[in-house]
Amino acid sequence: MEITTRSLWTLIHGMGFGALYLLACSGAIVLLFLRFSTEARTIASPHRDRFLSSYLTAMAALAWLTVLTGTYIVYPWYRAAPPAGTAHLAAFPRALLLSNPATSQWHSIGMEWKEHVAWLVPITITMAAAIAIKYGRALRFYPQLRSALHVFIVTSLVAAGIAGFFGAMLDKNAPVEGGQTIYLVQGGKP
Amino acid sequence: MSVQSTLAQEESTAILNSRVIPNGSGAAAILSAGIGSFGVALFTILADKSVYLKNLFVFYKPTGPLSGVTTAAILLWLASWAALEGRWRKRTVPLARINIASFVLLGLSLLSTFPPLADLF
Repeated sequence: MEITTRSLWTLIHGMGFGALYLLACSGAIVLLFLRFSTEARTIASPHRDRFLSSYLTAMAALAWLTVLTGTYIVYPWYRAAPPAGTAHLAAFPRALLLSNPATSQWHSIGMEWKEHVAWLVPITITMAAAIAIKYGRALRFYPQLRSALHVFIVTSLVAAGIAGFFGAMLDKNAPVEGGQTIYLVQGGKP
Repeated sequence: MSVQSTLAQEESTAILNSRVIPNGSGAAAILSAGIGSFGVALFTILADKSVYLKNLFVFYKPTGPLSGVTTAAILLWLASWAALEGRWRKRTVPLARINIASFVLLGLSLLSTFPPLADLF
């Protein structure tokens, strides 16, 4: 059982930071709703305010880690141009996708959308975390601020979902492979 | 201390906080996030339409124009946030209108980064 370093980084980017962010998004939406619902006021505490701020800050960190690893570690491997005359394109995912009309749209629509829309996520969630830190408990008295937080967090979920979906499909059609091989378990006899 | 009196104390602290903290800082963060998001879409379209800008946006060669497009959008976001924060920090501003403007910018960003729509420009 083995994995290449490029596959490992793709996993860290997508299944690690990205998937964890998507999971955290639904938690943030529920947390915001529960934190400021009428019933929740009976069990409100400064600890819960700090938890909301910390939760959104952790989400912002995850969002930044996802886009930075994606843009500056995985994407250069994805878009690397093959030397002229290269017949075997498995090590060049972008070129591999574009070489076949049946898969070219995964790049021209999928990757082109994913690589840009993903950057809306750290912007929106960093804003949400900053507001939660700044206003804390007082957020209860700003329904319009809370509405904005909800809209921006839901939008970040949509943007992260688009990026995650296309990331998974791109990896299925043209995985980023190469680099050193890491042996996880030494093989035995078949 | 009973639950009711604890709540009453927290309520009064929160009301005091809401008086101390105007909504300007929140509005600045919201509008600048809308501007930054729209910046991603705008710079993407500009880089797609102009070879000169596309080359200009190559800040890091292995990543290509994406590095410049996103860095420029992040700088626009942070600069607009700092400017609006400085202007609105101590003020109460019409948040409903700012929210609507931010939601429109955010919606346009989502749509304009979609390649078939971006190609219409």
